[in-house]
Amino acid sequence: MATIKIPPVLRASVGGEREVSASGENVGEILRDLADTHPATATQLFSEGGDLNRYVNVYLNDEDVRVLDGLDTAVADGDTVVILPAMAGGS
Amino acid sequence: MSPTSAELLRQVKSEIEEIDPSEVKELLQEGAVIVDVREAEELASGLLPGAKHVPRSYLETRIEGIVPDRSAHVILYCASGNRSAYGARTLRDDLGYEQVQSMTGGIALWKDRGYEVDVPKALSPEQRDRYSRHLLIPEIGAEGQQKLLDAKVLLLGAGGLGSPTALYLAAAGVGTLGIVDDDVVDLSNLQRQVIHSTPRVGAPKVDSAEEAIHALNPDVNVVKYPVRLDASNIMEIVSGYDVIVDGVDNFPTRYLLNDATVRLKIPVVSASILGFDGQLSVFKPYEGPCYRCLFREPPPAELAPSCGANGVLGVLPGTMGLLQATEVVKLIVGIGDPAIGRLLLYDALAATLSEVKVHRDPDCPICSRPPDEISDEEMGVFPDYEAFCAAAG
Repeated sequence: MATIKIPPVLRASVGGEREVSASGENVGEILRDLADTHPATATQLFSEGGDLNRYVNVYLNDEDVRVLDGLDTAVADGDTVVILPAMAGGS
Repeated sequence: MSPTSAELLRQVKSEIEEIDPSEVKELLQEGAVIVDVREAEELASGLLPGAKHVPRSYLETRIEGIVPDRSAHVILYCASGNRSAYGARTLRDDLGYEQVQSMTGGIALWKDRGYEVDVPKALSPEQRDRYSRHLLIPEIGAEGQQKLLDAKVLLLGAGGLGSPTALYLAAAGVGTLGIVDDDVVDLSNLQRQVIHSTPRVGAPKVDSAEEAIHALNPDVNVVKYPVRLDASNIMEIVSGYDVIVDGVDNFPTRYLLNDATVRLKIPVVSASILGFDGQLSVFKPYEGPCYRCLFREPPPAELAPSCGANGVLGVLPGTMGLLQATEVVKLIVGIGDPAIGRLLLYDALAATLSEVKVHRDPDCPICSRPPDEISDEEMGVFPDYEAFCAAAG
């Protein structure tokens, strides 16, 4: 099991939780597991073609999965996956 | 029999290597390290251009910090060439510096020859008092304080993030603070925008901010821009600033700012806030990633709460704004490790500060290219976001 950190904009889609657990061998499976459990997150994470949306950054622990193996990046038990869309609030 | 001091001086000068000011002048551009060993109070009339200052009494303890390389070419000078002769012998014989010289005749002869000197700006007695707690920190000191006084920082927005940033940068003695904001103070702002005040509700935010800044530190030159930043004015407004503090509340301006500052190679200390969460990073063009490397495109409106009014914990912009102010001071003074290539994530409810790595994108549409290849037409361009926000209300 890995822990997924849920950003503020997605929390309503997971019942207000800030962290949820998900299982899978790699980042893609973990995020699919999240989308299966909380279907409201699916369209926000994935495009119609099944790719990760370009405006969503995903980190395994503190590393951007784009510089690892993307959605194929292997996830170990106890890892943390961080989902991070851009925020622009400032005022 | 012990030598007299005059004999000792002759002896030392015969043992070390001396160099004439005319030769030193030729070497100024050649990478030799010039060290002024006089006391601090002797510097007011000027130093050799580019010279480092290490008082003779601190030479042994501080020279390694200035010249770590024992094989570097080091030239010492003082007022007339005597103290620097003793210093040169110490560096060579006791500390193993291989190429040390003492300038003949000191700065007195240098000036007699009519050569150029750099006259340091001195802090006034009032400034020494006001900034005394900075002067006591070795990492800042008089030199760092002077850098702050000479610095020009532009704040985008005198709102939640801009309020604490402006107040603390003014208190720290940043010489010029530019403020871009076309809004007026609203009662609902005062839950977090601490630079404004109840009697100033309805006043332009730039005027209200200026009043608060001058009440805190009349030394600060405030430059007001009561406009909305857009593609037509951004290059003119941001040019000439040393650091930009980004606290704007919408994506179009963040991308526009990124593109302009990459072109102009100006570092941006960027933060954003939402609810109980804050993000912060320093984007230093061509040394680290830019905003587009981090967020390749903005999210659609339903995932971008910046499009509408959203709640924020009142103290959160204080926390994030002061992290920004800290990064600004570090960049100006040149100390510490700025948050370049790192995104700090503050979670107020959990009371945690974590970070993720941010890499330069080799395919970045902006910073993968030289600045002069980025055109006006490309700046701030991405899918039609403003129309999207407008549609989302």
